[in-house]
Amino acid sequence: MTIEWQWLSTHTDDLWALSLDHLSTAIPAVLLGLLIALPLAVVAHRIRPLRGVLLGLSNIMFTVPSLALFVILLPITGLTRTTAITGLTIYTLVVLLRNTVEGLDSVPAKVREASLAMGRGRVGTLLKVELPLALPVIMAGVRVASVMTISLVSVASYIGYGGIGQLFTDGFQRNFPTPVIAGVVLTLLLALAADALLVLVQWLCTPWIRKGARA
Amino acid sequence: MQNGKVVSMIRFDSVSKRFPNGTTAVDDLSVEFSEGGITVLVGSSGCGKTTTLRMINRLVDPTAGTITLGGRDVRDLPAARLRRGIGYVIQQAGLFPHRTVLDNIATVPTLLGWGRRKARARAAELLEVVGLPADAGKRYPNQLSGGQQQRVGVARALAADPPVLLMDEPFGAVDPVVRALLQDELIRLQAELRKTIVFVTHDIDEAVRLGDQIAIFRTGGHMVQCAPPAELLARPADDFVAGFLGSERGLKLLSLVTLAGVPYEPVGSVRSTATVKEARDAAAGRWLLVVSPDGGPAGWLDTGALEGLPGTSAVAGLALAPARGLRDSDSLLSALNETVSSPAGVAVRVDAAGVVTGVTGQDVLHARQRSLT
Ligand SMILES: Nc1ncnc2c1ncn2[C@@H]1O[C@H](COP(=O)(O)OP(=O)(O)OP(=O)(O)O)[C@@H](O)[C@H]1O
Ligand SMILES: [Mg+2]
Repeated sequence: MTIEWQWLSTHTDDLWALSLDHLSTAIPAVLLGLLIALPLAVVAHRIRPLRGVLLGLSNIMFTVPSLALFVILLPITGLTRTTAITGLTIYTLVVLLRNTVEGLDSVPAKVREASLAMGRGRVGTLLKVELPLALPVIMAGVRVASVMTISLVSVASYIGYGGIGQLFTDGFQRNFPTPVIAGVVLTLLLALAADALLVLVQWLCTPWIRKGARA
Repeated sequence: MQNGKVVSMIRFDSVSKRFPNGTTAVDDLSVEFSEGGITVLVGSSGCGKTTTLRMINRLVDPTAGTITLGGRDVRDLPAARLRRGIGYVIQQAGLFPHRTVLDNIATVPTLLGWGRRKARARAAELLEVVGLPADAGKRYPNQLSGGQQQRVGVARALAADPPVLLMDEPFGAVDPVVRALLQDELIRLQAELRKTIVFVTHDIDEAVRLGDQIAIFRTGGHMVQCAPPAELLARPADDFVAGFLGSERGLKLLSLVTLAGVPYEPVGSVRSTATVKEARDAAAGRWLLVVSPDGGPAGWLDTGALEGLPGTSAVAGLALAPARGLRDSDSLLSALNETVSSPAGVAVRVDAAGVVTGVTGQDVLHARQRSLT
């Protein structure tokens, strides 16, 4: 397998555009996933019987093959980016939901109780105490979901919104390895960059952990 | 209810709590926790102390009966409003790990809408009140020792100056030395603040030390006796209470009762500046009390040792056996100790300024001891 560097240098603009296209599917999918997972996780955390149902459901959704998922979605949302994003969002839920529930579980009961006992309401306690303290576990989920989504976007090539995935289709069709290798490397780089960015965000958002070591 | 002062007496009227799983945590409790005093709830694990406490700030709702605070049913106010007026301290402090110490303390003032600056200023003031250095304010709770965290917990509960303080084993997780220190601080603070405090502990010594009133619970959520510590130690209601108070009940009682009102008799003494002749003249028995220039006891002089000394030589410089002056606020126990350890067999009494007033013998102390039970 040889790489044609010539092809790469003439296609830098395309590679850049495909990367951006890739991210414009991946980022909304993760954000949307988070937006859905947060309230569901709160419900699952508060109402014991619902926990198993919601977590089980998200597990089952995860096992639906991507092709089948897109086939199901097509009649509803058509050949649009929305279909790609929706499908990927469903996959992120399995990680985001589980981690958010676990994050909320990890908040010490004493701390939650202290907040209520100080006269903070349930919503205030959730927003100001429970979610911030669950952040490290939630963020661990966001990192996994982001990396997973970035690598999964390519499957949306079926419906024309695969981003970097188009390089694979292209390469396989022409039996030309260079774009495939470029696609793999780019996916990897995007995933690493996203992960690094999220680590930084988490570091900035959790000063109490940073300074936590006993002086 | 006098002259518009905040009334914060807590009253339980036939209160019971049965949890949905069938456990009766508190059974038909009727009791009053006096205003401006510390009521300590003690009893073995699972006897309903925490539940009793949590019903006051409505973290738990009773299944029967009513609880009133200053004459008002606690259910009259929205729970959050009620809680902002009741300080709450728990074991290991339950501090918010993600907020700085200052922000932790400022929690209730902020909820009350004091504004950030005023709330922070008040928090800084409280750091000092509970004996923490000002630079602790910028730190996070896990950058503090357990004892320091406990102090922050107390500061946080006091921040909005609530008339009532609920404390659930607040010093249970710190070592005995730090615990004694924190108890001292609480006693000092309480002398100043006069809060209505309900304090839960497993430690009967802590209860005796802190309580103006002690309520003893037994498993099944029954309160067996509620009385001031001295009365409890002197007259336990039944064998359960007596057993709970332990085999050293008599000693604890002696350490609790003071010398106030215990009579003393005059004692012959000489100044430490006196001559040997003056000492001989003053001596009534073998031991003579020597008084230092400030009026306090300097020690006991063995008059036998004066033999053969020239009458003009000074008492100063002769060997003295130690004598400790006991104030009215000292305990009966310390006086009894003194009668045993001093060669003269009596305890030297002094006034508030430390000036010798007389001596008390063992017979008088024993008579006082017998009068207790
Ligand atoms: N939420 C709850 N649901 C069911 N039972 C409970 C609940 N909370 C407490 N109990 C039970 O009620 C009883 C009293 O509990 P409580 O916590 O008041 O005891 P305690 O005197 O504070 O004990 P400890 O000294 O161990 O703290 C116990 O048997 C306990 O198991
Ligand atoms: Mg308890």
